[in-house]
Amino acid sequence: MTDKALPTTARVLEMHRMMCTIREFDEQAGQALDSGLARGSVHQYVGEEAIATGVCANLAATDYIASYHRGHGHSIAKGVDPVGMAKELLGRTGGVCGGKGGSMHIADFSRGMLGANGVVPDGVSLAVGAAQAVKLLRQDRIVAAFFGDGALNRGPLFEALNWARVYQLPLLFICEDNLYSATQRTGAVTAGPGGVARAQSFDIVTETVDGNDVLAVDAAAARLTARIRDGGGPAYLYATTYRWYGHLAFDKGLYRDPAEVKSWRERDCIARIEAWLIGRGVDKAALAATREAVKRAIDAAYEAARAAPFPDKHHAFTDVQDIGGPAWA
Amino acid sequence: MGVMTYAEAARLSLEQEMDRDPRVWALGEDLGPEGGVAGQYRGLQQKFGPERILDTPISESMIMGSAVGAAICGTRPVVELRYADFGFCAADEIVNQAAKIRYMLGGQVRAPLVIRQSVGMRNGMAAQHSQNNEALWVHVPGLVVIAPGTPADTHGLLKAAIRCDDPVVFLEHKELWATSAEVDPQAGPLPIGVARLVRPGADATLVTWSSTLGRALEAADALAQSGISLEVVDLRTLWPWDRDTVFASVRKTGRLVVAHESVRVGGFGAELVAEVAQTMFPALKAAPVRVASPRAPVPYAKPLEDMCRVSADMIAAAVREMLPADPSGPLAGT
Repeated sequence: MTDKALPTTARVLEMHRMMCTIREFDEQAGQALDSGLARGSVHQYVGEEAIATGVCANLAATDYIASYHRGHGHSIAKGVDPVGMAKELLGRTGGVCGGKGGSMHIADFSRGMLGANGVVPDGVSLAVGAAQAVKLLRQDRIVAAFFGDGALNRGPLFEALNWARVYQLPLLFICEDNLYSATQRTGAVTAGPGGVARAQSFDIVTETVDGNDVLAVDAAAARLTARIRDGGGPAYLYATTYRWYGHLAFDKGLYRDPAEVKSWRERDCIARIEAWLIGRGVDKAALAATREAVKRAIDAAYEAARAAPFPDKHHAFTDVQDIGGPAWA
Repeated sequence: MGVMTYAEAARLSLEQEMDRDPRVWALGEDLGPEGGVAGQYRGLQQKFGPERILDTPISESMIMGSAVGAAICGTRPVVELRYADFGFCAADEIVNQAAKIRYMLGGQVRAPLVIRQSVGMRNGMAAQHSQNNEALWVHVPGLVVIAPGTPADTHGLLKAAIRCDDPVVFLEHKELWATSAEVDPQAGPLPIGVARLVRPGADATLVTWSSTLGRALEAADALAQSGISLEVVDLRTLWPWDRDTVFASVRKTGRLVVAHESVRVGGFGAELVAEVAQTMFPALKAAPVRVASPRAPVPYAKPLEDMCRVSADMIAAAVREMLPADPSGPLAGT
């Protein structure tokens, strides 16, 4: 934390609770997949919680975010209800997408969450368009686009950076660099200096931050979002971090050096902020109570999801299109 | 009424829709000073400004991706992809995002946008600027596919496409841009999914669309000289296609020929023939026939390009072949 103004304890406690909520949700998401309750792809955000939390702490309810396949943390941080998310994960009625999208398509427009995405880096492309709409409609909102380091070598990301800068869109790019593109070490397949240089070459303002330090993320996001709100055009936050688990919930990540995993776990964003809070005079028991309360809430969310019915079969064929939908054919 | 070109009709249609709805805007390459490859955007940037007629970089992924993002956030973008061949550069954003976002997100949002692609062969544009990719888009759930064949249909159907809440692929044929016909400039939108019975006939039904319509009408004239009466249906919308009109016509004539410029193998004609055969086989007096391009890239040299074209002669020959051969008259014994 290099900024002069330190955040209030209340704000940090709120961010701590958010990080705990995201972690608990995704720990249980992995369990849901292991037990067969969830299906398909579940990408856990465990270890990276400080980034979504620190960025979204600087967004208004009316601001938009777009995310990618590892999107549960961004959704929760933007205010999407974990109950609706758990139901979506289990493919049940009452899921945020009615059980038709699953983990990779969680979205809630009522919270400004435009969607996770199954294609790298298409969430960024949609965020560019959202920012274009904001500009066209003269709205008072900004857009934040989260993506991983796996996107750094995809052409549409370069198109997005160019486009956002040319049209000076109100858009914050957030690169969450967890070192791996699926199971491949990103550095091994990336030419040049990589993450932050990609944006700098498009003349976009950047900040680099320790993505496991929520106070640093919060402070950098505060500076960049203020700049964007002032009409300064797009900005780019490059946050280094690490995912504790594999690319997917069933990937044990055995291609990684155990020492590397251990060293990053020692930099746990939640343990770090708890140490900071204790230094600020917060009672250890109060932090434990937060974790307990979060666990009860997430237990209840998954319990509600397990109890919810599957969608009625006719929903397989609703919301395809108004004209020429499945009923036509 | 007034005579105008296909390009002018398209330009007028977009202008009228932009006047009517401030959420409508267009984006693509060379729309401003250039006015589009065929002048179909001429003067619109001067009238509506550079934000609503947005000149973009050559950046198809982002043209399409940003249009989807803007469509789900309260605007109605009209995407210009210049050539249908470049639609492949934006295929991910069309197929994986535009077509599916409403469904994947459980109906909480729609993507009302129009994807304009100029299709087809014109004057030696060769293999990467001459394709008809219509069947690919029809195959994708979520998309509406329109292919107008006249200035009036372009005028009315582009309006309908812009007002449609589903993503619409709007295929405009390069060879038609300069063709002229009567258009009512005050006409409103035409219904999507409704074919036009262009020429009534009794002996066979010819279903076609886009620029092949002109060749179909030439073939019908030639056949009429021999006393053969060809009914010509312009499908206009490929998805959803007008089954009522096609089925009623085939029920009447008992014979179906489908003619289109795109490749025959896996082409949209195959779908029409299959549906007709499956639905009304007993009504058929002859096996349905497709007249379409061979499965080859479009070549450059004129004599080679002509080998890939569907001509009026080919259509007429196909019709003659499916009629019974009888010296006493073309239809004796049917």
